[in-house]
Amino acid sequence: MNDARKIVLRTQGLCKNYGGVQALKGADFELREGEHIAIVGDNGAGKSTFVRQITGVEQPSSGQMFFDGKEVSFKSPLDAREAGIEAVFQNLALANDLDVPANIFLGREEVYFNLGPFSFLNEKKMLAKAKEGLEKTAVKIPNLRNAIGKMSGGQRQCVAISRSAAFASKLIIMDEPTAALGVQETTQVENIIRRLKKQGVPLILISHNLRQVFNLVDRIFVFRRGEIVGVVDADKTDGNEIVSLITGVKTGVHENASYI
Amino acid sequence: MNTTAIRKLPQEASILMVLIGIAALFEILGWIFVGQSFLANSKRLVIIVLQVSIIGIIAVGVTQVIITSGIDLSGGSVAALSAMVAASFAQASGGFSIFYPGIVDLPVIVPLLAGIGVGLLAGSINGAITAYTGVPPFIPTLGMLVAARGLAVLYAEGQPIFGLTEQYTAIGQGINPVLIFLGVAVLFHILLKHTVYGRRTYAIGSNEEAARIVGIKVNRHKVLVYSIAGGLAGLAGIVMSARATMGQPGMGFMYELDAISAAVIGGTSLFGGKGKISGTVIGVFILGVITSGFTFLRIDFYYQEIAKGMIIVAAVIADQRRQARKA
Repeated sequence: MNDARKIVLRTQGLCKNYGGVQALKGADFELREGEHIAIVGDNGAGKSTFVRQITGVEQPSSGQMFFDGKEVSFKSPLDAREAGIEAVFQNLALANDLDVPANIFLGREEVYFNLGPFSFLNEKKMLAKAKEGLEKTAVKIPNLRNAIGKMSGGQRQCVAISRSAAFASKLIIMDEPTAALGVQETTQVENIIRRLKKQGVPLILISHNLRQVFNLVDRIFVFRRGEIVGVVDADKTDGNEIVSLITGVKTGVHENASYI
Repeated sequence: MNTTAIRKLPQEASILMVLIGIAALFEILGWIFVGQSFLANSKRLVIIVLQVSIIGIIAVGVTQVIITSGIDLSGGSVAALSAMVAASFAQASGGFSIFYPGIVDLPVIVPLLAGIGVGLLAGSINGAITAYTGVPPFIPTLGMLVAARGLAVLYAEGQPIFGLTEQYTAIGQGINPVLIFLGVAVLFHILLKHTVYGRRTYAIGSNEEAARIVGIKVNRHKVLVYSIAGGLAGLAGIVMSARATMGQPGMGFMYELDAISAAVIGGTSLFGGKGKISGTVIGVFILGVITSGFTFLRIDFYYQEIAKGMIIVAAVIADQRRQARKA
C-alpha cells in the first residue's frame, strides 16, 4: 500500500442502532485516492447498513466520518451527492416511466433559467450529456428516449452506473451491482468498474461474488455481525481466508465451496 | 426522433379513435331511432363543449394528482365551496338576497382570488395530510369531499347566493368557460412536459423511493400538486357559479368522479407515473359525448349513470392489463 495517497473517506467508530439492535458496531474504515475497495460479508453482517450511513440515507447513532479532508455528517442522500458521493443502490433508484436522460438527471435537471419548480428543462443538453456519460461506459442503448422500464436489467444497471459516473464524483458506491444480471451484462458492469479504476475514481463495491471481488478491487473489508473483522489486500489473500473471515469458522471450508 | 413519434402515437390516437367511434355510433343510432343527425347540430356541439369545460378544469388537476399515484376525491365539493365563497364576494348592489350587506360591487379580481384561494387551501390540506401522515390520499380527500360540501352549505345557511356582478357572471358566459378550460389544459400540458415540476410529478408516481433517494423533496412536491388540483377545482367553481349566475351549495355534485373517469379513460394510470393532459381532454369529451348522446336518444338519466359506471370500470381494467403487460 502506498500510504502517501490522500485519504478520501474515513470513518471512526461508526455505530448504528435500530431500537435495541446494534447493526453496526464501531466501523473504522479508510479509502484512499484511486482505490477500489470491496465490502463483503454474510447477509445481515452490516454491509448495507454501513453504506446507508456513508450515503446519507440514514444517520449514524454515533461515530465520526471524514470525507475529502473534512468531517461530514450527511442529513440526506442529497447532501452526500453534493459532497461528491454517488451511490448505485440495490433497488436501482430509477423511475421506470421516464427515459434515460430524465433518469440520469433526476433531481438535478438542467434548466434554461431558474424559476424554481417551474424552470424549463433543457432536454437537448441533458440528452447530449447522457450520451456522453453512456459512451464512457461503452454500453449501447438503442433509443435513449425510451422509458427505462422497457429496457433489460443490464441496460438499466448501466444507466444507473453512468448516472453516478456522469457526475464526476469523488467516490462511487455500488451495492450489489450485478446481483440480478446475466453473465454478459455482469461482464459489462465489470468493465465499467475497470474503466473507473483506470480513470482513478475511487469505488466501494459491495458484492457476494468473491470471484468478482478478487478480479476488481485492491482491498477487501470483511464485515461480520456489524463489525469489520478483517481488512486484506486482494492480491495477498485467497477465497479460503475471506470465507473463514466472513463465517468466523477457521476450518472446514473447502476450495470448491459454492461461495467461491 | 422518428421512431419515438411512431411509438408514442398509438396511445393518444387510440383514445381519440374511441371518441370518434362513440360519436359515430350515436350518429347511426340517431338516424335509426330519432330520425336526425347527432353531430350536425351546432347547438348540441356547443352544449357538449360547455358542459365538459367545467369538469375538464377539475380533471386537469386530478390528472396531475393521479400521475403522482395519488387520488383527489374532493374536486366537486371544493368547487362548490369555492363557488359559494367567490359568489359572496361578487354580489352586486341592489340584489335581493345580499349575503354580506357591506360588501358589494367589488372588482372581479376579489371573488376570483377568494375562490381560487379557497381551492388552494383545501388542496394544500389534502396534500399536507397525504404527504406528512402517510395515510393513503383516498382518506383525506374523501374527508374533504364531505367537509367541503358541509362548509358550502353552512356558508350561506343552505341558501343560494344571487345577484352577482356582471363582470363576474361574464366569466361563465358564451365561449369563456371553454377558453378557460383550454387555457388551463395548454398551461398544464406545457408544465408537465417541459418543466422540473412535471419531471418530479412523473418521477414520484413512477418510483417514490427513487425520487427521495435522488433528493427530490417528495412531500413538498405532493403538497404543491394537491394544491394545484384544489386551485383548479376552485377555478371550476368560479366558472360554474358565473355561468349559473349564482352560487349554490349543491353545485358540482359528483363532478370529482367524472373528472377522475376522464383522466383514467384518457390513459392516466391509477398506478402513477403515466398520463397526459391531452388524454384527459379527450377523456372529458368522451364523457360529454356519452351524456349528450344518451339525452339525444331520450334514454333515461339513470341508464346514463349505469353506462358511465361501466365505462369507468372498463377503463381501469384496460389500464391494469396495460401495466401487467409491461411488467
